[in-house]
Amino acid sequence: MTDSTSSPRVDGGTAPAAAAPSGQSGHVLRSSPLRRLLKSPTGLIALVILAGVVLMALLAPLLTSQDPNHADLTAVLLPPGGDHLLGTDSAGRDIWARLVFGSRLTLAAAAVAAVVAIAIGLPSGLVAGYYGGIFDGVANWSTNVLMSLPAIIVLLAVRAAVGPSVWISMVIFGVLLSPGYYRLTRTAVQSVRNELYVDAARVSGLSDGRIISRHVLSVVRAPIIIQTAIVAGLSITVASSLDFLGLGDPTVPTWGVMVSDGFKNIYRQPISLLWSSLAITLVIGGFVLLGNALRDSLEDLEKTKEKRAKPAGGRRARPVAVEVGTEHHLLKVTDLQVAYPQPRGGRKVVVDGVSFHVDRDEVVGIVGESGSGKSQTAFSILGLLPDNAILTRGAIQFDGAYTVAPGEDHVTQSRLAPLRGKRIGYIPQEPMSNLDPAFTIGAQLSRPMVTVMGLSKKAAKQRALQLLASVGIPDPNRTYHAYPHEVSGGMAQRVLIAGAISCEPDLIIADEPTTALDVTVQAEVLDVMRELQQRLKIGIIIVTHNFGVVADMCDRVLVMQDGSLVETGAVRQILHAPQHPYTRMLLSSMLEGKTPMTHLLADSTAGSDR
Amino acid sequence: MLTMILRRLASGVAVLIVVAVLTFVLLNLSAGNVARNILGDQATPDAVAAKNAELGLDQPVLTRLGDWLSGAVHLDFGKSFFTNEPVFTAIGSRLPVTLAMVIASILLIAVFATLLGMLAAVRRGWVDSAVQVLAIVGNSIPGFVIGVLLVWLLAITWQVFNAVSNISPGSGVQTWVGSLTLPVIALVINGLASAAQQIRSAFIRQLDQDYVRTLRSRGISEREILFKHVLRSAAPAGLTVLSLQFIGLLGGVVIIESIFAIPGMGRLAVDATTKGDLPIVMGVVIYTVVVVIVVNLIVDIINGWLNPKVRVS
Repeated sequence: MTDSTSSPRVDGGTAPAAAAPSGQSGHVLRSSPLRRLLKSPTGLIALVILAGVVLMALLAPLLTSQDPNHADLTAVLLPPGGDHLLGTDSAGRDIWARLVFGSRLTLAAAAVAAVVAIAIGLPSGLVAGYYGGIFDGVANWSTNVLMSLPAIIVLLAVRAAVGPSVWISMVIFGVLLSPGYYRLTRTAVQSVRNELYVDAARVSGLSDGRIISRHVLSVVRAPIIIQTAIVAGLSITVASSLDFLGLGDPTVPTWGVMVSDGFKNIYRQPISLLWSSLAITLVIGGFVLLGNALRDSLEDLEKTKEKRAKPAGGRRARPVAVEVGTEHHLLKVTDLQVAYPQPRGGRKVVVDGVSFHVDRDEVVGIVGESGSGKSQTAFSILGLLPDNAILTRGAIQFDGAYTVAPGEDHVTQSRLAPLRGKRIGYIPQEPMSNLDPAFTIGAQLSRPMVTVMGLSKKAAKQRALQLLASVGIPDPNRTYHAYPHEVSGGMAQRVLIAGAISCEPDLIIADEPTTALDVTVQAEVLDVMRELQQRLKIGIIIVTHNFGVVADMCDRVLVMQDGSLVETGAVRQILHAPQHPYTRMLLSSMLEGKTPMTHLLADSTAGSDR
Repeated sequence: MLTMILRRLASGVAVLIVVAVLTFVLLNLSAGNVARNILGDQATPDAVAAKNAELGLDQPVLTRLGDWLSGAVHLDFGKSFFTNEPVFTAIGSRLPVTLAMVIASILLIAVFATLLGMLAAVRRGWVDSAVQVLAIVGNSIPGFVIGVLLVWLLAITWQVFNAVSNISPGSGVQTWVGSLTLPVIALVINGLASAAQQIRSAFIRQLDQDYVRTLRSRGISEREILFKHVLRSAAPAGLTVLSLQFIGLLGGVVIIESIFAIPGMGRLAVDATTKGDLPIVMGVVIYTVVVVIVVNLIVDIINGWLNPKVRVS
């Protein structure tokens, strides 16, 4: 573990699990972090271990009657038993007594390093994050230098300069660990500084000191506690490593010296190694576990996975015949319900009992506010829901065959993978994040044509250039060889549309295809889509919150609210005579076709006209 | 790209100079006892003064620093106080063993941590849990305890390996492999799981990106998405993890060399520290900083090359 002493981590690697897809409303109640810590098995184990060591250190004189430094050359390397509970070391000193008294120094060393690291890292992180400027630059540079030095080498140099002292070593090690605190404080402060409530506090006249102590410290408290658990473990590792190397103070009983002594006599009395090694590992393990458990309890990261029943009868689901008389629909979704397991048990339903169909050469709009489940419906059809989503009910059929048969609780990828790209295309919402920044646009566009349609690379390039021209890109050759960061958002969205139609699908699912674009570009992109649809006679599902797009493009429209369909019908009918109050509300929130209201400032401008 | 490399190089040199000056001043604050340490307690004050003059320790710190720096420019880092061996040769003769261990370890860690991290990120389930648990165990056992346990288990109880190395100048490949296998295993065990855990998070961050979903929607196979796109995007984060592991290994190897009695940089550093052989300690610090700067530069160059925004400009 000495290895990572130069890189104390805050991010221990548990990436926030996708508890529920972003944008879905609803929130989870938090219970007290401490109570949750005690409930989690790792937290409990950690606290028991650490409480045990603290007690050992406090009650040391009561736990043994032996002097930890009393050497007895007539009783060296005794096995456990008799007067000496755990035997004696190579100088005849009592191992149990040394173990018990060693815990004091171990804990003290960790405390010194942690206090120094916090005392340096926290204030400098606060100042650098809050005020920025030169101090920030200098502090960042020093941090990078400190983090690029292996701690052991630095401590060797310090030992050479000032002699053996665990306290000086730990003070220096605290300095080396301070970047960990500095960085997390600085990041937290920077993100808080720009929050509205901090602005409000500033406007209301609170001093910087008050703002920092009231608003900022409360944000960094939790990460600092976690970091301290990690730092304590690292400090014990390093302190005992130095002792093991014989660079510590020989007059003090420490666990590192005990391991060293045991190792020198490994052939004669290997058991003497066991106790000190075990003690060190247990205590460091206690701190590591504590850090993990704290992070889990603070970040609400309890397992949200549910045990999923294995599909019966082998992996491959047998094809099931679809309902007679519905084969002619290009796509038919029946009573679809999608849910996500929740951290505290139970499930959150995001799509509830949705049924609709799409025919060839038909454009269907799905309208609703963010979080109404429209994107989730689209991803269910594509089979691209997040891993933890469960299809709790319903069926999806495409071109006369089930992609999700009734009774299946998840998408069978072997059935949907051959359809994606080739039969079903997808136009995403955000143009830039949907292109891989590391590959050229041409490579990303032509690759599916090679793998899905079996074109040669040359033919695929030819076709890609044609596609780019057909979606209105002025210089296809330049765009083909460009990286995503070299083109504008509108161009990138055209590239994505070209990608969606590249393998001549029968159905295109467009998830808010124009939302991220400028208004002028929106109209152009819709023109491209309409033109393609009329030319290729494909079915399109447009997911949007914009009735303008619906009026512009769609034949039929579905209105969704809170995961359910509230109204469906032909576009004319819905726009002119909406039945459901929610549809009326959505329609009335549109600006188009309204008479302009009076100017807000009409009176004041008139009044100021001197 | 070139300006990026030059800028990093310049900042590396700045770091080197700052660290060198700080370390030199720190080490020389306590230079008063060196002569007595060398000559022993019985030496007369005159002899001590003579020795001090011989070593140049009677000069002011700044003068000595100037001398040292002007020598260092010509790769002359002074001589050991005790053996008179030039620091440059002393380090040069120990370097191969240490670098062999560190490089072998980082390569093994790179390969296995990437595989494990990927598997954990993609499969989740039991592989994921195993990586998490192993990372906790790996973080909990200090390097020297792992080394000691390996000696006890593999060298003494099962006698699969030698407990101590028998590398000497001019030994053959077989001796090197035989002597360094166990130390390398110890170093790898120490860093593997936590590296795998961090690489796992880097992969999960990339797998959650929008473009991965879009690639899937285009009918690109899962294997191609993983090995071509996600691996490439996760590489910068992974390389940063590995460069930090590398820095850690430079420290870890000091301890491992002591356990396995390997005549490398680490042993040299510990011996020099115990004796107060300041020029050698100084040399070890400089060597470490140089290695760290070179590694970080290599990582920067690879990351720059992987990132079209940097490469194309």
